[in-house]
Amino acid sequence: MIRAAALAGALTVWALVAYGGRALGLVNPVLMPTPGEVVEVAGTLARDGSLAQHLAVSSLRIAEGFGLAAAAALGLGLLVAVYTPARLMLEPVIEFVRPIPPLAFLPMFLVWFGLGETSKVAFIAYTTFFPMFIGIAAGLGRVDVMLLRAAASLGASRRELLRRVALPAALPSIVVALRLGFGLAIFVIVGAEFMGADAGLGNLIMEGRVFFNPAQIVMGALLLGLLGSLVNGLLQAAERRVLRWRALG
Amino acid sequence: MTMAGPGGAGGARVQIEGVHKAFGLDGRSTPALIDVSLEVQAGELLCLLGPSGCGKSTLLNIVAGFIPPTRGRVRVDGAPIAGPGPERGVVFQEYALFPWLTVAQNVEFGPRLMGVPAARRREVVARYLDMVGLREHATKFPVQLSGGMKQRVAIARALANNPSIVLMDEPFGALDAQTREVMQEELSRIQRVEHKTIVFVTHSIREAVYLADRIVVMTSSPGRVKDVFTIKLPDARDRFAAEFTRYESEITRVVKEEVAKVRE
Repeated sequence: MIRAAALAGALTVWALVAYGGRALGLVNPVLMPTPGEVVEVAGTLARDGSLAQHLAVSSLRIAEGFGLAAAAALGLGLLVAVYTPARLMLEPVIEFVRPIPPLAFLPMFLVWFGLGETSKVAFIAYTTFFPMFIGIAAGLGRVDVMLLRAAASLGASRRELLRRVALPAALPSIVVALRLGFGLAIFVIVGAEFMGADAGLGNLIMEGRVFFNPAQIVMGALLLGLLGSLVNGLLQAAERRVLRWRALG
Repeated sequence: MTMAGPGGAGGARVQIEGVHKAFGLDGRSTPALIDVSLEVQAGELLCLLGPSGCGKSTLLNIVAGFIPPTRGRVRVDGAPIAGPGPERGVVFQEYALFPWLTVAQNVEFGPRLMGVPAARRREVVARYLDMVGLREHATKFPVQLSGGMKQRVAIARALANNPSIVLMDEPFGALDAQTREVMQEELSRIQRVEHKTIVFVTHSIREAVYLADRIVVMTSSPGRVKDVFTIKLPDARDRFAAEFTRYESEITRVVKEEVAKVRE
């Protein structure tokens, strides 16, 4: 209810500034697209099918890059949790690479993987891996030792400790890490598609800049926001379902 | 009373032989336990009693297999222990229930690991939830329970796995005084049915006298065995009986010497 009202409010402010500013001659119409113009651009692109195509291209890149990174983060997070030498080896490397802004490496991905899909997918995977890995490893490392002891004295093997105690206990951290990683994927795909892409929402935005079509830029940005909040909403719903016991306390 | 299995010396279920434990800090090691030797007989409830920091929980953790002794060894039914095992059930002060599982699923955890078939598991869960009076709470999650109820679940979970030994580490220490007495009465009632071999750590003299067949009083840090009392009181004990009070004051005198030593 409050969320809907806040969104409606933000939309109203935008409409007031765009339409009102034009009517009063305060805003240059070229620089401030109105909601109507944005919807119009969306309608035009939707009719010739290109909007769906851009959306599909971006979604697939995000899904692939994020999926790869999530799988790697979960696998390595588990490895680090159960095998100390792996942790001692991986930690310094990750701590060294992590603070480098991923965008600084984007040109390298284009050099290595070319202008095709691989460079975008690899870049998204690279960027989203670190926060997810760190979140998952920390979650698994923080599992209450008392729970592990309780399970061990009920007869759990190391494997069962991992599957029946460590994973469920770390699930809240894992879900948060995945949400963080996905948010980041939406964040960096724009950059990846700015450079040498022929399709995707980032490409659409870039095209809007080149052909000086602000409505298209705003539309691309809004669509990314929509996509992000849609998936975030799905992940949150999954989180609430899996962690319903926490809401009961 | 049933006696210990193969290899056990007489009726000793747990044999603690010359156990030392030192914890290292900055290259210097501080002794926590010095030369502790004890036997726990089959079917007896043995209380480890002593001031805080006397190493009684450390000793319990060694018997549970959570930490290794620095020297000495622990044998259970004649076999040296290597790590935790399902024949030694543990009840922790802070319950350690799995918060993502329901009450019934927590109790079922051990039998499920042991590969007990589903139908039999349901019987076991029902039996032990009845025993601790929580049957109607079977589908609740631990966050929905009070401290006393959580500890009942933890006791049911330990017993449902049918361990031959139950190790209890100040299980009622986090409960309010009234709940604590109720829980002591329940444990005493359960023990009269189950005849488990129980090692029970506490710093409450009253609790020890109420529950124990034998009380091992430990010295303050580092822990040694100071004295052992055999409590010859009826199974259903009366906290206000003259004999109960006599045990209480006798043991209090012994424990006070240790508390005084810490002060010096």
